[in-house]
Amino acid sequence: MTDKTPMPLWEVFIRARSGLPHKHCGSVHAPDATMAVQAARDVYTRRGESVSIWVVPSAAIIASDPNEKDQLFEPTSTKAYRHPTFYDIPDEVGHM
Amino acid sequence: MYTQALNAKDASAGTRPEDTARLAVFQSTVDAEDKIEPNDWMPDGYRKTLIRQISQHAHSEVIGMQPEGNWITRAPSLRRKAALLAKIQDEAGHGLYLYAAAETLGVSRDELYEQLLSGKAKYSSIFNYPTPTWADIGIIGWLVDGAAIMNQIPLCRCSYGPYARAMIRVCKEESFHQRQGYEIMLTLCRGTPEQKAMAQDALNRWWWPVLMMFGPSDKDSMHSADSTRWKIKRFSNDDLRQKFVDATVPQGQFLGLTFPDPDLRLDEESGHWHYGEIDWSEFKRVVAGDGPMNKQRMAHRRQTEADGAWVREAAMAHAEKRRQRAAAARIAAE
Ligand SMILES: [Fe+2]
Ligand SMILES: [Fe+2]
Ligand SMILES: [Fe+2]
Repeated sequence: MTDKTPMPLWEVFIRARSGLPHKHCGSVHAPDATMAVQAARDVYTRRGESVSIWVVPSAAIIASDPNEKDQLFEPTSTKAYRHPTFYDIPDEVGHM
Repeated sequence: MYTQALNAKDASAGTRPEDTARLAVFQSTVDAEDKIEPNDWMPDGYRKTLIRQISQHAHSEVIGMQPEGNWITRAPSLRRKAALLAKIQDEAGHGLYLYAAAETLGVSRDELYEQLLSGKAKYSSIFNYPTPTWADIGIIGWLVDGAAIMNQIPLCRCSYGPYARAMIRVCKEESFHQRQGYEIMLTLCRGTPEQKAMAQDALNRWWWPVLMMFGPSDKDSMHSADSTRWKIKRFSNDDLRQKFVDATVPQGQFLGLTFPDPDLRLDEESGHWHYGEIDWSEFKRVVAGDGPMNKQRMAHRRQTEADGAWVREAAMAHAEKRRQRAAAARIAAE
């Protein structure tokens, strides 16, 4: 390899059908966004897996810190009353 | 398998005392069949093992395109040519999924690729055998991809999330590869006596090298303990090899072919096919770089890499030029 400038990395999201959300499926290296979309099509959608592709520069993704997972998500684990099953409804009332 | 060279011992990673607690969390996650994801803490040895295993697997997919690429221009019909092209394109895709999975562990694809080109990294011994006849293309799909499937299905449940997800994609596609290969074999075996002889000759040449794909026998295999504890490896080399033989022998019999192993027989009691002794000296020779095609495979890979360099450079330069123009236009507009 003569050129050592690394090709930018892009995260790829594909929508399987309209009505479904775009879902992360992997990544590709490409010089720019247009070529990233083309590479993503060739790498991740060879069998009609997709009707739409998003590519996002990997460096642009901001993620929560896995080490802070417990603090970050703890508040919801103690709030069982947010779930419908927390409430007792007599059987005679029927489905609710 | 595609990662046979892993079976060499590697300096055991020492554990720092402050990591003990994190190690316990890591192991309990693995034991609970939860996945480890890229930013989670993981022991150095786990990271190193995965980088080596995933990159060797990726290199194998990439080098594995060569023996089949040899037949694209000579496929006997348009249908076969289209299928072969699609299969080889899949193998390129498998290489890319796997490099992408390896990169989540903090190594760059360029680095990994450099290791392949310099000869530092290994790839599967099977791709160092030649493909002189069309039947070899049938054999590769039926047996080489068949063996790969046997190895890769358990990897879909591997503890490392990105690797497991890549393997799920790969396995879906491998089924097409194996079926198209078997169909080629079936067509040859139902053809003229010369065609059937060609199929038999290919089986004779490939059978033992394919069995070697599963790696050294369990009694000589080093890495298994860590990989098993980390749920990277779920079945031993010999277990997978046996599964493969049991699944494959009846398929070969259906074709009316014979296997080049005088010791092959069905053990009525266990229900398993007993097979003869593998020539491990051949295996070691080919892994070490001295198989029939090692030099040609690497020379071809390096040449292709060099030939394509200007395309990558031009694409990067073009992208840079467009970025600069867009920036200049923005400034002018302000
Ligand atoms: Fe593959
Ligand atoms: Fe493969
Ligand atoms: Fe394949």
